[in-house]
Amino acid sequence: MIRLEKRPQPSRVWSLTTPLVAVVATMIMGGVLFALLGKDPVEAILTIFWDPLFGEFAFYYRPQLLVKGAPLVLIAIGLSLGFRAGIWNIGAEGQYIIGALTGAGVGLAFYPMEGWFIFPLMVFAGALGGWAWAMIPAVLKTRFGTNEILVSLMLVYVAEQFLASMSLGLMKNPEGFGFPGSRNLQQYASAHNAEIVTGTGMHWGVVAALIAVIFAYVLLNRHMLGYHIRLTGEAPRAARFAGVKPARLILFCLGASGALAGLAGMFEVSGPAGQVSIDFNVGYGFTAIIVAFLGRLHPVGILLAGGLMALTYIGGDIAQGNLGLPSAAIQVFQGMLLFFLLALDLLTNYRIAFGKPEVA
Amino acid sequence: MSTSALLTLDGLTKAYPGVVANDKVSFVIGTGEVHALLGENGAGKSTLVKMIYGLVKPDSGQMTLRGQPYEPAEPRQARADGIAMVFQHFSLFDALNVAENIALGMETPPPMRDLAARIRDVSEAYGLPLDPYRTVGALSAGERQRVEIIRCLLQDPKLLIMDEPTSVLTPQEVEILFQTLRKLKSEGTSILYISHKLEEIRALCDQATILRLGRNVGACIPAETSARDMAELMVGTALKTPERSDRTFGAVALAITDLSVPAPSAFGTALRGLQLSVRRGEILGVGGVAGNGQDELLSVLSGEVTTARDAVMFDGQPIGHMGPTARRALGVLTAPEERLGHAAAPDMSLTENALLTGSVREGLETRGFLKWGVARSFAETIIKAFDVRTPGPENAARSLSGGNLQKFVIGREVLQRPEVLVVNQPTWGVDAAAAAAIRQALLDLAAGGAAVICISQDLDELMEISDNFAALNEGTLSVPRPTAALTVEEIGLMMGGAHGMEVAHV
Repeated sequence: MIRLEKRPQPSRVWSLTTPLVAVVATMIMGGVLFALLGKDPVEAILTIFWDPLFGEFAFYYRPQLLVKGAPLVLIAIGLSLGFRAGIWNIGAEGQYIIGALTGAGVGLAFYPMEGWFIFPLMVFAGALGGWAWAMIPAVLKTRFGTNEILVSLMLVYVAEQFLASMSLGLMKNPEGFGFPGSRNLQQYASAHNAEIVTGTGMHWGVVAALIAVIFAYVLLNRHMLGYHIRLTGEAPRAARFAGVKPARLILFCLGASGALAGLAGMFEVSGPAGQVSIDFNVGYGFTAIIVAFLGRLHPVGILLAGGLMALTYIGGDIAQGNLGLPSAAIQVFQGMLLFFLLALDLLTNYRIAFGKPEVA
Repeated sequence: MSTSALLTLDGLTKAYPGVVANDKVSFVIGTGEVHALLGENGAGKSTLVKMIYGLVKPDSGQMTLRGQPYEPAEPRQARADGIAMVFQHFSLFDALNVAENIALGMETPPPMRDLAARIRDVSEAYGLPLDPYRTVGALSAGERQRVEIIRCLLQDPKLLIMDEPTSVLTPQEVEILFQTLRKLKSEGTSILYISHKLEEIRALCDQATILRLGRNVGACIPAETSARDMAELMVGTALKTPERSDRTFGAVALAITDLSVPAPSAFGTALRGLQLSVRRGEILGVGGVAGNGQDELLSVLSGEVTTARDAVMFDGQPIGHMGPTARRALGVLTAPEERLGHAAAPDMSLTENALLTGSVREGLETRGFLKWGVARSFAETIIKAFDVRTPGPENAARSLSGGNLQKFVIGREVLQRPEVLVVNQPTWGVDAAAAAAIRQALLDLAAGGAAVICISQDLDELMEISDNFAALNEGTLSVPRPTAALTVEEIGLMMGGAHGMEVAHV
């Protein structure tokens, strides 16, 4: 008989090795899946994990890793603070959209004036927009006890409508021949989030993501506020006993995650995307939830998870194009990764024991 | 003593990884005998009765019931063989009524009306008044215990096992329970009575078996043995009684005037018109049956629940509106009853748990940045000073045994040099030696000029250390009276007498 025994305390070894084991298990099971589809499993796995990094066209894909990974990491870092405290912001996608709109809005308002101060102002406006959008569920929760999961999620759809309205109306390019979408900020030097070193994919959003990782690490490990966040998540009653004011923590966590999501949206719209358009958002805000958990809500883990997620996206695209794998198979593959990770996570707190069960 | 053996235990052994819970335990329970099982926490009493009740299978050894080999595979079989058990922690649903709760525990429950009638019959026959249609959430702890006892009696048991039955009762309720147990005994039912309250055992039991570290270390006839001798058998060494040095009371350190707080939840207790004051050097004991407002009183004092500014005063300064951190800065410290999840975070290390309340007074942060090194050495100081058994401060709080964690939680507050210390159930689940150490620490604090409020359900503890005694009863606090002049009967009446049986007159 096989049974699970709770460990007296979480195993450090397993908490570090399970992500690696999960990746290996995904490769094996994914390989089986691809083989059943009639593809060479080794080639498929290599295409997904190897080609973007070291393949023939890696010079093109490597910068893409940073471009795709940075918004995921930036948003996931913000979300992880709340998730650690049991505050569930599911609406990062909406905060991302609003941040993009306020950031781009400030830039477009100055057009065609040139000045060094425009881009910093846009950064500030982007963060502020995301923060303000996240304050709606935060204030409703602290004032009226509403559920932040529902409110933040529903506000995503409001933000999407707002985005459509903006790209068809107020922010529409007057010289755009009637097509929806704003002016292209890539062609407006003062507002362009350009690559810092050409050809690397390194833009200001990547810098912001790295700063956020360091900031979150210091906050959680060295600061009272981070300690209170962790304490609230692990033992809410003990947190109140320690003097944590739950309302203040809710405002901080939702505010911080909203501001970071807004920043991510702003860096995206002024850089890789270039313009406000109806289909500007591609789900980074939702994928970041997976990244946050994949990284075990730990800043360094999230950095690695963001990279891994970006890798499977890019590698999956290549596999679809080159090997003709159906996109559903790629999605199953990505789902497997999350599944194995969460399943193996059990081993951190439990050990598998063989023998007769016992009621004690 | 008794005529014939009902249950014979022979060489029962049960080992868990790292610890032998029972090591070749043998004794005999006679028919119609009240047999006490004595021992400190961790002595192996619980494991032993779980083996008798079929919850745990022994590694070796035999049991014989009425001359037949007895090997219960599960509690259902034990019940079928006439063995019933009342657990220390009740398993009742607050939202259901008494009869529904009892029906839930039965294999084939009769129709509700018949069951209610049977409950009435049994409760009258054994002097345990209980209305089958009352909602359990509205019952006192004593009445809840009656539900559990009647649930057992409906099975017509031959052996009734009772695990620490009196820890939730007032002295009057204890007397009623004893009358019931004596009646059962006269009808030939055997009772295995687990407790560490020695005076009760002396009053009730015919035989006693004493366990220490999993071994049977002796038997005695309680009526002919002094409580002190039994205690020394349990502990294995001569007992050290906490010393009360002469103390002089100073100015009033903490005062509550006319404080009322609504109940925090449906089954919580509202505090009504509370008045109390503690002087420096004084220990105020607050007794009362669990669930009469102890938790609520503690949260009002800790600052988890804030009140009108001057409802709570410290050194003449209003602190009612202050949160826990501001109160700690002033020196008003508290230690709640629930260790895991309230006083300590289970999955955090002891260092992190030292930080939980120690950050202000021990200087564990500068402008919000944590000083982990200092926090760690504070945790080490607590571990050393209060003899907390753990490999080191990096271990998670949940890896400690209840008693060890209790020592840590109390030590954490005592070592922060409190001006006022409020503790709730300071020695709950702690072995006798450690309990004595904790009580001594509280006495020393008071001798050093601190005011101490000790909320406890252990009357012996309150009699031992407190200068004045007040009782919580349904959210109201009686007027404190000097402990030395009180008798157990008076205390019982202050606690509300026998709940639901007579009106309290104080």
